[in-house]
Amino acid sequence: MLLITCPWCGPRAEIEFQYGGEAHIARPADPVALDDAAWADHLFMRKNPKGKHRERWMHRSGCRRWFNMERDTISHEITAVYRIGTTVPGKEGT
Amino acid sequence: MVDAPTPTSPLAGQTHLPRANGPVGVTIAERVFAGMLVLRGNAIDPAFIAAAHGALGFDLPLIANTATSAGSNGALWLGPDEWLVVTAPDDAMARAVGLKVALVGLHAAVTDIGDSRTIIRLSGPKARDVLAKGCPLDLHPRTFGPGRAAQSLIARAGVIIHQLDDIPSYDIYILASFAAYLWNWLTDAGLEYGIVPGAKL
Repeated sequence: MLLITCPWCGPRAEIEFQYGGEAHIARPADPVALDDAAWADHLFMRKNPKGKHRERWMHRSGCRRWFNMERDTISHEITAVYRIGTTVPGKEGT
Repeated sequence: MVDAPTPTSPLAGQTHLPRANGPVGVTIAERVFAGMLVLRGNAIDPAFIAAAHGALGFDLPLIANTATSAGSNGALWLGPDEWLVVTAPDDAMARAVGLKVALVGLHAAVTDIGDSRTIIRLSGPKARDVLAKGCPLDLHPRTFGPGRAAQSLIARAGVIIHQLDDIPSYDIYILASFAAYLWNWLTDAGLEYGIVPGAKL
């Protein structure tokens, strides 16, 4: 069981949250210009790293807000929790 | 001409409890037909906060996981731009109209959700122990005392929990279709603490 700190509600149990996949995937500015391979890449291809991973979570059983989290996929250590529209604290511009 | 429908509690008939086999540690009762409104608006807009205060007569809670109240009315923090306004039975419509009038021109919404949930009140020195069996919240008084409110789970059912006093007493807001399940779960969980029906609310 992870103890996840919701940016709005504070520390809550993992059972209250919903995982939402990799974060910071920008929608193509001009989707019409993409070929099928590029579109499929945008829709389906994910990093799946072994280590630090930035991902989206939603506080489903709490305030129902989406937020971002940086989590180590090996140790499950949570190194950052930050609101949608902001970047990882200390890593602006990355 | 159709007769006006008679409101029926989702917990009608759920009053059977085995007799306590020792000291009474906790009581369970339904707070029936309370009015409930979901209010949404911009918490950092002073005009919205002032308009809500004017219509309600008390301040909205702006700190996460807290509640404010005045008499039989109250407001629970649900999110950074979302509150649950609780009123006396039959008062929800007047409150909703009052809020809508006060909020004209502001980016805000008022929705009557009174029929979607009912309230189970758990009260007594062992009420916290009963909740702790199925709720992942930290209910210790140092983090969750009177005036605190939170959305969470009890036995996997989504609830809003509001602590009222130091007894402790809790109002548990539960969706109508989950109400009988949660009532049965709570009465079963409370057996070892001597759970009995509480006074009618």
